Amino acid sequence: MPADAINALADQQADGAPPRQPALGFTGGLRWLWRQLTSMRTALILLFLLALAAVPGSVFPQRGASPLRVGEYIQDHPTAGLWLDRLGMFDVYAAPWFAAIYLLLMVSLTGCILPRCFHYARNLRSVPPATPRNLGRMPEHRSFTTSASTAEVLGAAGTALRGARFRLRPSESGAQDSMAAEKGYLHELGNLVFHVSLLVLLVGVAWGSWFGYRGTVVVVEGEGFANTLTQYDDFTPGRGFSTSLLAPFSFTLDSFDATFLAEGPRRGQPDGFTADVTYRETPDSEPKTQRIEVNKPLAVDGAKVFLLGSGYAPVFTVRDGAGDVVYSGAIAALPQDPSFTSNTVVKVPDAQPEQLGFNVTVTPTAPDQVDPATGPRSVFPEMNDPRVYLGAWAGDLGLDGGVPQNVYQLDTSAMEQVGRKDLAVGETWKLPDGRGSITFDGLSQFANIQVAHDPGRWLALLAAVAAIVGISMSLVVRRRRVWVRVTPDGEGRTLVEVAGLAQTEWAMLGDEVDAVLATLPGAPVAEKEHA
Amino acid sequence: MSSESWAHLSNALVYSTIIVLSVALVAFAADFALGTGRRRADQRKQRTVTQASEGASGDTAVTTAAPPELPADERWARVGVSLSTLATVMIVCAVVTRGISAQRPPWGNMYEFTVTAVATLMVIWVAMLPRRPEWRDLGLIVVLFNLLLLGVAVLVLYTESAELVPALKSYWLWIHVTSAIIASSIFTVGSLSSVLYLFAERYERRGSASSPRGVRDAIGARLPSSKQLDTVAYKTIAFAFPLWFFAVVAGAVWAEDAWGRYWGWDPKETWSFVTLVIYAAYLHARATAGWRGRPAAIIAIVGLAAFLFSYFGVNIFFVGFHSYGGV
Repeated sequence: MPADAINALADQQADGAPPRQPALGFTGGLRWLWRQLTSMRTALILLFLLALAAVPGSVFPQRGASPLRVGEYIQDHPTAGLWLDRLGMFDVYAAPWFAAIYLLLMVSLTGCILPRCFHYARNLRSVPPATPRNLGRMPEHRSFTTSASTAEVLGAAGTALRGARFRLRPSESGAQDSMAAEKGYLHELGNLVFHVSLLVLLVGVAWGSWFGYRGTVVVVEGEGFANTLTQYDDFTPGRGFSTSLLAPFSFTLDSFDATFLAEGPRRGQPDGFTADVTYRETPDSEPKTQRIEVNKPLAVDGAKVFLLGSGYAPVFTVRDGAGDVVYSGAIAALPQDPSFTSNTVVKVPDAQPEQLGFNVTVTPTAPDQVDPATGPRSVFPEMNDPRVYLGAWAGDLGLDGGVPQNVYQLDTSAMEQVGRKDLAVGETWKLPDGRGSITFDGLSQFANIQVAHDPGRWLALLAAVAAIVGISMSLVVRRRRVWVRVTPDGEGRTLVEVAGLAQTEWAMLGDEVDAVLATLPGAPVAEKEHA
Repeated sequence: MSSESWAHLSNALVYSTIIVLSVALVAFAADFALGTGRRRADQRKQRTVTQASEGASGDTAVTTAAPPELPADERWARVGVSLSTLATVMIVCAVVTRGISAQRPPWGNMYEFTVTAVATLMVIWVAMLPRRPEWRDLGLIVVLFNLLLLGVAVLVLYTESAELVPALKSYWLWIHVTSAIIASSIFTVGSLSSVLYLFAERYERRGSASSPRGVRDAIGARLPSSKQLDTVAYKTIAFAFPLWFFAVVAGAVWAEDAWGRYWGWDPKETWSFVTLVIYAAYLHARATAGWRGRPAAIIAIVGLAAFLFSYFGVNIFFVGFHSYGGV
C-alpha cells in the first residue's frame, strides 16, 4: 500500500510531527529483537544482572550447601522466610530467574559470537587491504630518501615483514610501488576462543550436575562402605541420575588418624587427618590399599572419595538384667567444640526387664575436674585420656510409635533416670535395681566421607583453560597494519614512506614501524631516545 | 633465631613500613597540593606532540627533544618515591620474615594475605615507575590505599604466626593465592586510576580555563590528563583480568580436591565471580560506544568495591568454606 504510506507521511508532515519509522512486521520485529539481544549493550546489562543476581545466594543460606540453616532461618523469620522461599532466595543458583539471566546471556553471546566465527573462518585467507593514498595521516609515519631502487626497498621490506610474520598483500599486475601487510589475527581468534569456551564451560557444568551425584556417610574405624544408595546418610543425585551410574566400588576404613598441634598459639588446631582404606573397584577385583587425606581424595572408577571431617565413636557393651549382651558396638558421637567434646545416645530396646537408654558425653582427653556449669569439657582433641559421662534412663524408648526418631536424641517422656556415672576405658557401671550393666570398651574414630561423581568436570576444566588462553591471546595480540611506499622523485632518488595503524591504540606500534624502517636500504640510523 | 623472634621482626617491619609510608604520604600530598602532576603531564604531552610533528614533517632523523627542565617543586615527588621504595623493601622483608617464622608461604590467613597484597601492590607500582613516569602521579592514592590496608591488617586482622589448618596444606595455596594476590593488586591500581579519572575528566569537561571551584575541581586541576589515567586503568585491568580468571579456576581445581566439588557458590566463590563479571563488563564497556569514559570508569570502581567486599565482607559477614581467615 504505497499510496497509503505516502498519504500517512504527508499527513504527519502536515501536522509537523516527526516522520514515523516504517512498521517492521513480524519477521522484522523478530530481527529487531534479535539484534537488540545480541547487541553489546544488552550483553553488558545482562552481565550486570548476573552479578547482581548472584549476590543473594551469599546473603541467605542455601539449600544446596546448608539445608539446616535454611530451616532455622525460616523458623526465625516466618513471614519473610516464606516469601524469600517463594522467590527462590534459598536456592538462588537453581532458581528460574537466575537461569533466565544466564540463558539469555548465553543466547546473546551465541548470537554475537557465531556470526563472528563464520566471518573469521571466511576471512582466514583474506588479503590485507591496499595501501591507502595518504600515509601521512596514519598514527605512525616515517619517511626518508634513498638512492636504492624501488625493487631493492620493497624486496627488503618484504623480507623484513615476512620475517616478522606479517601477512602480505600479493603484488598486483603493473609496476608495484607499495607493500601492504597485516598482523595480529590471533587477537580475534583469542576473543572467539574465550567466548566459545564459556559456552562449553556451561555445557560441562550442566552435564556434571545432570548425571552426577554426591553423598556423605559416616564410617567408623574398622567398618566398611559399599557404593549403594542405602548406605548413604545423605545423598544428592542429579536429575539424570540412575542407580546404574553408581560405580560398584567398596572400601573398608582400616585405620583413621587425626593429629592436632600440641603447643604454640594454635594449640588444639587440627594438624592432619589420614584415613587408610582397603578398596575394591568391583566386588570381584583385587583389593588395593590407599591413604586418603584432606586435599588428597581417592579416585575410583570416575568417583572421588573425600575425607571431610572426623569424630569419635565410643564402643560399649550393654548387658541387661538377665546378664545377656543386648548391645555391643561403636556409635558415632557429634563433636560439640574444637576439643571434640562429643555427644551421642545409646538406645537398647532389647534390654530386660525394661528398655535402656544412655545420654553419652565423650571427652577424648578428660578434664581434671568437671565444671558443673558447663558439664564435662574435653581439654584436648586427641585421645589422651578418654572418658565417657553417662546418664542412664529406663522405661519406654518410644521406638514403636512409628514416628522416626533422631538417632542423636533420647525421648525421655516415658522413661525415668536411673543414675549418672563417668567411666574410663575398660570400666563397667553396674546399674542399680538389677537393670544390667554398661562397659566402656574403648574409643574408636569415625571419618566423615563424601563420595562425589561429576562426569562433566573434565570438560569444564578444559573449557576454563581454553578460556584463559583465549582471553590472554586476545588481550596481548594487537591487530595492526604496516605499509611501505616508494615514490621515485625522477632525479635518481626515491622517497620511502613507512606507516602503521593499529585496530586499537597501541604504544608499541611506533617501535614496530621503526624496526621495519631500520631494515630498509638507506634508512637513517634512528637515535635512541634518552628521556 | 626462633620462630617467635622472626615473627616479632616481621611485625616490627610492618610497623616501620606504616611510619615510612605515612611520611611518603605527606610528601605526595605536598606534591599534589603544588599541582606538579598536571604540569608534568602537560610536559609529557608536549614532548609526544613535538615528536609526532617531527615524524609527520618527514625529517630524515628522529630528533630527540632535550630533557625538559624539572620544576623546582619536583623534589616533593622525588622524596615520596624514595620513601615509597624504602617502604617497599621493608614490607617485602616483613613478608619474607613472616614466611620464615611460619615455615610456609605467608598467606594462610587474612592478615598475611593483606600484608602480602600491600607488598605486591607496592612492588608493582615502584617497579613500573622507571618505565611509566605517569604512574608516579598515582602516588598519593596508592600510598593512601596501602596505608589503609596496613592499618586494617594490624588493627583488625592480626593473627599470630602459626601452622596452617589441614585444608590449606596444599601446593594449590601457592598457585591459587599467589595469582589472586597479584591480580587483585593490579585490579586495585586500575580502579584507583579510574577514581582519579573521574576527577580529571570532570575538570577537563568543565573547561580548565574557567577558574576552579570546589574540592573536585581542585583535585582535577592537579591530576594528569584523563586520557592517561584511562589508559593506565584499561591496561592494568586488561592485564589482571585473565590472571583473576586463572585464580578463580585454580581455586576451583583445588576445591575439587579439598571439598569434593569445583564450584559450590560458597560466598567467597560467589563474590569472586561477581568481581570477575563486573570487570568483564568494564572491558566490554570500554569497547562500546556510549559506555566509554565515565560509565566505564564507574564500572571499574564498582569492580573494586566488589573485590574489597569479596575480600573483607565475605569473611566478616558470612559463614563459608573460606572462613579460616582468622577474623
